[in-house]
Amino acid sequence: MPKVTIDGKELDAPNGINLIQAAEMLGSEIPHYCYHPALTIVGNCRMCLVEVEKAPKLQIACNTMVAEGMVVHTKSDKAKAAQRAVLEFLLINHPIDCPVCDQAGECKLQDYYMDYDREPSRFELGKKVKKGKAIDIGCDVMLDQERCVLCARCTRFLDDVTHTSELAIFERGDHNRIDIYPGRKLDNKYAGNIIDICPVGALTEKDFRFRMRVWYLHRTPSVCAGCERGCAIDIYENHGKIFRYKPRHNPQVNGYWMCDEGRHSFKDLQTERRITRALHQSGEHLVPESFSAGIRRAADAIRKSGESDGARAIGALVGAQATNEEIFALKSFMNDVIGSDVIGGMSYTPPGLSGDDALLIRANKNPNTRGLQAQGIPLDGLDRLGQAAASGQLKTLIVLRADAARALGEEEFIKRFGALDYMLVFDTDANNTVQMANQVIPIASYPELEGSFTNFQGVVQRLNRAFDPPGEAKPAIEAITDLSMVLDGVERPQSAERIFAEIAAREPAFAGLAFDSLGHNGMKLANA
Amino acid sequence: MRWLDIPNLRDIDVYLANDGYAAARKAFFDMKPEELIDEVKNSNLRGRGGAAFPTGMKWSFIPKNPAKPVYVCCNADESEPGTFANRYQLENDPHGIIEGILITCRAVNAHVCYVYMRGEFALQKQIFDAAVEAARAKGLVGPDVMGSGFGVEIYTHRGAGAYICGEETGLLESLEGKRAYPRNRPPFPAIQGAFGCPTVVNNVETLSNVPWIIKRGADWYKSIGPEKSPGPKLFCLSGHVNKPGLYELPMGFPLKDLIYDVGGGVFNGRKLKGVIPGGSSFPVFTAEEAVKVNMDFDSVRAAGSLMGTAGVMVMNEDTCMVRALRTVAHFYHHESCGQCTPCREGTGWIEKMLTELEAGQGSMADLDRLISVASNMEGNTICVLADSLSMPVKSFVPKYKDEFIEHVKQKRCPFRAQEAGALRAAS
Repeated sequence: MPKVTIDGKELDAPNGINLIQAAEMLGSEIPHYCYHPALTIVGNCRMCLVEVEKAPKLQIACNTMVAEGMVVHTKSDKAKAAQRAVLEFLLINHPIDCPVCDQAGECKLQDYYMDYDREPSRFELGKKVKKGKAIDIGCDVMLDQERCVLCARCTRFLDDVTHTSELAIFERGDHNRIDIYPGRKLDNKYAGNIIDICPVGALTEKDFRFRMRVWYLHRTPSVCAGCERGCAIDIYENHGKIFRYKPRHNPQVNGYWMCDEGRHSFKDLQTERRITRALHQSGEHLVPESFSAGIRRAADAIRKSGESDGARAIGALVGAQATNEEIFALKSFMNDVIGSDVIGGMSYTPPGLSGDDALLIRANKNPNTRGLQAQGIPLDGLDRLGQAAASGQLKTLIVLRADAARALGEEEFIKRFGALDYMLVFDTDANNTVQMANQVIPIASYPELEGSFTNFQGVVQRLNRAFDPPGEAKPAIEAITDLSMVLDGVERPQSAERIFAEIAAREPAFAGLAFDSLGHNGMKLANA
Repeated sequence: MRWLDIPNLRDIDVYLANDGYAAARKAFFDMKPEELIDEVKNSNLRGRGGAAFPTGMKWSFIPKNPAKPVYVCCNADESEPGTFANRYQLENDPHGIIEGILITCRAVNAHVCYVYMRGEFALQKQIFDAAVEAARAKGLVGPDVMGSGFGVEIYTHRGAGAYICGEETGLLESLEGKRAYPRNRPPFPAIQGAFGCPTVVNNVETLSNVPWIIKRGADWYKSIGPEKSPGPKLFCLSGHVNKPGLYELPMGFPLKDLIYDVGGGVFNGRKLKGVIPGGSSFPVFTAEEAVKVNMDFDSVRAAGSLMGTAGVMVMNEDTCMVRALRTVAHFYHHESCGQCTPCREGTGWIEKMLTELEAGQGSMADLDRLISVASNMEGNTICVLADSLSMPVKSFVPKYKDEFIEHVKQKRCPFRAQEAGALRAAS
């Protein structure tokens, strides 16, 4: 552990880290554009020039590794002057079109200008190098070459991470421009990441640009539900409308990246298919009613079914789309309130989606298959419960986030489950199974609830509530406790935190975990 | 040097008849690799490519028992404005270069040498390739050099015409098929050079000095010119002299004699105004400074410039120094690879300021701004291309300040006005 001194503060630094990382450990930032911890070091932006004692000239912090006894000044006059000079150079050919630039508000040029310069330009207008604007380079990415600082983060990402190398730097000197190779388009499943790592407004998202100023967006850390990887994300929303997902750094799950499918997955959450009121079957149709009326009606039906056919005629089917807490809430409801152990899981991936790849994408598109298994629920629910229903043992089925009708196809679904007396469905959207239900309770979707997913590696990560569910929808754990309250009058915990504490106490795989200690990076299951 | 006098030296038979490849024979059969390195170290041979780094020391940085193969690169990307020595050597003394390559490969235990030529050297590559083939036919190049059991393969590679490929790590990147962006150091090429392997990069002229050192000894070599900066040197004399050309003279030759004796004096009998001693990258000498300087690495440095490639450019009193500097700036603006921010943006900014100044549209503030922008570029980039413009700017502006001020005051170039007058008078 070499001892280094940065701006008078001492640090026992781990071997092999650079000065930007060392400064970060001391809580200070050395300004930089090209350096990115997940990409090769190129040292081209020259923004991180710092004074290292005994070195003949200023050194770039990104390519200077800590060494015993190193004394560094990041805010000395010499270092500041160099950083200011670099910023001035970066801005002379920059269009300074912040008012119409989507990056405004999260732009490193703006940030460092406020931190390091605040001087008017010494470069007269009208002589800037002209380059391409608003170039559609494919994959929802728009390129503005004039705003680019040529840090080469995007090209390095495409070279080092996706190995697709669609972008390169062309020309020379101040005519340098990032561009797509002639006749090609961006063509990979991770292209959106180059927008995130672009420190300026050169790469913007076609879908997001001009739709919302970033300072009106609220950021909530969460987890992508697009596949069993469960990439850590930030949800950016305004008044309950999601504008974008961005990956959040989680070294044990997704590093700095996420795939484009996951990035755009929020678009499926807020559609017209969303259920905002309880529904009950009336003849051929589902008829809306209030949430509490729906709960009462469901409780009545369950009570009657139990009385006439016994508790084991009531079963539950839970999808790997449900959170750990939802699974546990339903399981305890079945065990403690109904007295039935007929519970089956389901982890269904529609055909035609992307398979496993070497980076992040997983073929299993369910975010919590591992979580379902970790709570001891087998994934054979469609077969086991289907048989029970078809043979008449099972009369009532409670379905939570499991579109069985889609997984089986309508015909097969009716063959297996058509004989049921009653089907109660908890879901967010009007899917195929909802269409066949006797009773539907609207529940919150992922951005609207507190909870956790267990990814395929066994990492348990937290979802946070970014905004309230629409209409009368409620988080499923609340809906289930509401139902149990009507049935037996016992008050049960409704918060994800308390339910998680019970999971940790009762499910061996979750032993030792606590909701609060999951933090930003999550924690691994005991046996993972 | 012999090749200036011997006709058709590029022919291998002529070269052999003049004691050619004797040094290589000595190096392969009579000397150990360490002895070769020591001999070159003792000779105080310094790199002729511009940086004047001690060649023997460079060789000694190559790891002794590397896990990977060692490469030798011959830098024939001669592109410094005012420099034309390597070109002449490639055309007229290819075997001198090949012999230097063989000895270098033997010294650092390399079996492959890449000769990186600038894109414009089409003819030179033809000549050099033919020489390599002729040497191969005689068993001098190939898997078993002169029956020693030691193989040396020589490959030539032409660039695509970028100045930056002459920078040694830019050269290596380009050789590997990438964009010639110079690399951050460390690691130095001696540890991680071509294709990630230990590599020696030497200039053509440096390599062609090696056989002489091996043949005649370090002491003989050191006896030519100043001891710390010895040897024969090719001076590329251009600009306003009566006899421009390539001259081989001992190191430490007085610049005054180079201009007035060897070069036949200043063109048209005009007065001397300034001299750039080492290719356009380096600070200019005023006439008063120039006549006092001896041309060797240390003396030129002591006088406030650098000898670089010894591309001596002479300017007489008719030269507009603003225009001269703008021409220099245009070159470095055009050739900046654009990797580092200060150089990418600064070279263009300086050229734009100088273009305005020269056209009489500049202001006094521009003079300070030129110095300030040049200072902001200097030393803050990966390679020294930024310094290569910063140094001329920081010498031209203060040394010829009156001329710059005249451009601002008269709102025109005084020299252009003169030229226009002369033209009118002639017609």
